[in-house]
Amino acid sequence: MQMDGGQALIRALELEGVDVMFGLPGGAILPVYDPIIDSSIRHILVRHEQGAGHMAEGFAHATGRPGVAMVTSGPGATNIVTPLCDAHMDSVPLVVITGQVPYAAIGTDAFQECDTTGITQSVTKHNFLVSDAQDIPRTIKEAFHIATTGRPGPVLVDIPKDIVDPGNPRSAMEWTDDVEMDLPGYNPRTDVDPAAIRAAAEMIRAAERPVLYVGGGVLKARAAEALRRLAEMTGIHVVTTLMARGAFPDSHELCLGMPGMHGNFTAVTAMQEADLLIALGARFDDRVTGRIDGFAPGAKIIHVDIDAAELGKVRRPDVAIQGDCRVAIEALAEVFAADGAGDTDRDAWRSRISGWQERFPLYYEPSQPGDSLKPQFVIERLRDATPDDTIVASGVGQHQMWASQYWCFDHPYTWVNSGGLGTMGFCIPAAIGAKVGCPDKMVWAVDGDGCFQMTAQELVTATVENIPIKVALLNNSYLGMVRQWQEMFYDERYSEVFLSKDVPDYKAWAEAMGCVGMRVDSPEDVDAAIAKANEIDDRPVVIDFRVSASEKVYPMVPSGASNSDLVVPPSQQDLPR
Amino acid sequence: MAGKFHVPDYRYHTLVVKVENKSGVLARLAALFSRRGFNIESLAVAPTDDARFSRITVVVDLESAPLEQIIKQLDKLVNVVEIRELHPGHAVERELMIVTVEAGPDRRDELVEHLDRAGGKVLSVGTDSMMLSLVGPPKRVDDFEELLHPYGIIELQRTGRVALANLDEAD
Ligand SMILES: Cc1ncc(C[n+]2csc(CCOP(=O)(O)OP(=O)(O)O)c2C)c(N)n1
Ligand SMILES: [Mg+2]
Repeated sequence: MQMDGGQALIRALELEGVDVMFGLPGGAILPVYDPIIDSSIRHILVRHEQGAGHMAEGFAHATGRPGVAMVTSGPGATNIVTPLCDAHMDSVPLVVITGQVPYAAIGTDAFQECDTTGITQSVTKHNFLVSDAQDIPRTIKEAFHIATTGRPGPVLVDIPKDIVDPGNPRSAMEWTDDVEMDLPGYNPRTDVDPAAIRAAAEMIRAAERPVLYVGGGVLKARAAEALRRLAEMTGIHVVTTLMARGAFPDSHELCLGMPGMHGNFTAVTAMQEADLLIALGARFDDRVTGRIDGFAPGAKIIHVDIDAAELGKVRRPDVAIQGDCRVAIEALAEVFAADGAGDTDRDAWRSRISGWQERFPLYYEPSQPGDSLKPQFVIERLRDATPDDTIVASGVGQHQMWASQYWCFDHPYTWVNSGGLGTMGFCIPAAIGAKVGCPDKMVWAVDGDGCFQMTAQELVTATVENIPIKVALLNNSYLGMVRQWQEMFYDERYSEVFLSKDVPDYKAWAEAMGCVGMRVDSPEDVDAAIAKANEIDDRPVVIDFRVSASEKVYPMVPSGASNSDLVVPPSQQDLPR
Repeated sequence: MAGKFHVPDYRYHTLVVKVENKSGVLARLAALFSRRGFNIESLAVAPTDDARFSRITVVVDLESAPLEQIIKQLDKLVNVVEIRELHPGHAVERELMIVTVEAGPDRRDELVEHLDRAGGKVLSVGTDSMMLSLVGPPKRVDDFEELLHPYGIIELQRTGRVALANLDEAD
């Protein structure tokens, strides 16, 4: 069948099962926007291309399906670099289509030309510059394959205008339904080495102080069920990293919560004191390990990862297992089901753990009558007033850490956040993307006032496109996390972290964007505002919670310190560890 | 990719990387090295007998990163089809040098004697200079270059090394 390249591109996206994409048109990508009118794909018009990228990420986080964004050349492409990098760091499957100047004009500094594939090389899993209309269907197929297999990640496809413009003879192509991929260098491996599994099982049986160190890879491998079975049959405690919140239920008795710089005491300390860490789809990130030479000094390591390059990158494993996390977890469980999980006595270890849990729970000073609102309190009330499969998105900063600490994640794919890159501005568009992917779930965005101001304009998109997310703005009038560092490590010298107490007027701003706006100043009004927000389902809601500016996130491992030097809240500082 | 790595006991190792013959592939490889802080000692690119692929022979500095990390990161590039690691003790390595050196009539015989011993060739002879070439193992090329310094090197070009596994050790 004769087609032009633009039609072929949209047709290829439809064949990949794409039913929604996020984007904003411009000169170079114009011809591809025309066939969208006749397509079954829903296109969501964003207000800034960064929003399109984070929406696609939020969609992918919540659904497990690749997020798709489409933008124009030059500034459209550069505006989406941040989400690409974010997705690359957090292994989020994305396919991003960018317009490009006509093929013959590439290299001439044409209007809105930029070297998109060059710029995005180091922040994508792979990228393509398509030179011929006939190659479009194959390239799209390859892009989705690469984005979603192996270690997932973002793939960019750069499309010169002439090969999609029906007015140009270079756009003519012959559509065929069966195109074959041509990727001789791409063979992701998912199976696992049985000998390595046996060695790991042996090590697990013998361990006296084992901890399952669970990372985002477990969610990517859709292995939450398998993990639960493994944990229960072995009785081994679990920590879930920032990227893995929800991969194991927080309310489970074996769950120790989140490890890392702002992890809870028991999770951090159990890893430090462990004699075996079973790392599943985790990458020994510096925010988890603290000073690396002080990290879990007595622990042997079993490391499962689909990306061979992660094995031994930071910490040399005693048993390395390359492959899909779910396959590996199920293989381990099978060994234990057949031959038992061993009978090593772990009573002493369990009682140390419960001792830590009793002495060092997450803690903040509750506000006294007349005190200002505590951000942790807002999260607790929100947690208790929403369905337990509510999707929570967050920005980056103190509010993010409080959300990850004080929420109770009992379901996978309910936590949407920017871990590796730590991108302020992620929250609002990511929440919108998650809601688009899961329209029947309640989606709350827990954002900071600094972050909110970076991408709040996408609430206009949410209103116009009828995507009713809810926003809990923890407004402390500061770049709070930076303020916390300045307080603790720069002698309380506050440099460029104060935003403003009164500007913008968030309630009025929300209303101007078509949302319902509310403001809450005191603890007594929190519940009513949340209840009201939960009832609104025909437009977005923003609640401006005016919270205390002086709260700090505890516990904290100071940057560069060992995890053994975790700083706990003042009330716990004199307790025996 | 080969599953086993030699234990690196030399600072420089040679990787023979078969890549898809597509535009931008060399840039991807170079960008990966710079982004991850891997140092390249030398690099040579050439087509293979199959037009779809090229071969990049890259000598990496193991003081900048462990060999295993370098290989695994390279292997993640979608356009990289195969990586072979050539241990210096188990490979035939060659490099080409061409050099113009100051050589008045009185010093030519002496120079040609050195050249013969190294196995090189005279490419052309000028009034006060000679152009020489030498193909050999990198160490021999290094030594010969050293020897030329006292004469005065006018211009010098080296290709960087190419390598193949020893016949009985090729897998
Ligand atoms: C794009 C970007 N710029 C700067 C930073 C550094 N940074 C990390 S947290 C933070 C403060 C965030 O402020 P806010 O959104 O108000 O959150 P809070 O910490 O007050 O809860 C900053 C500036 C970042 N992570 N991302
Ligand atoms: Mg703030």
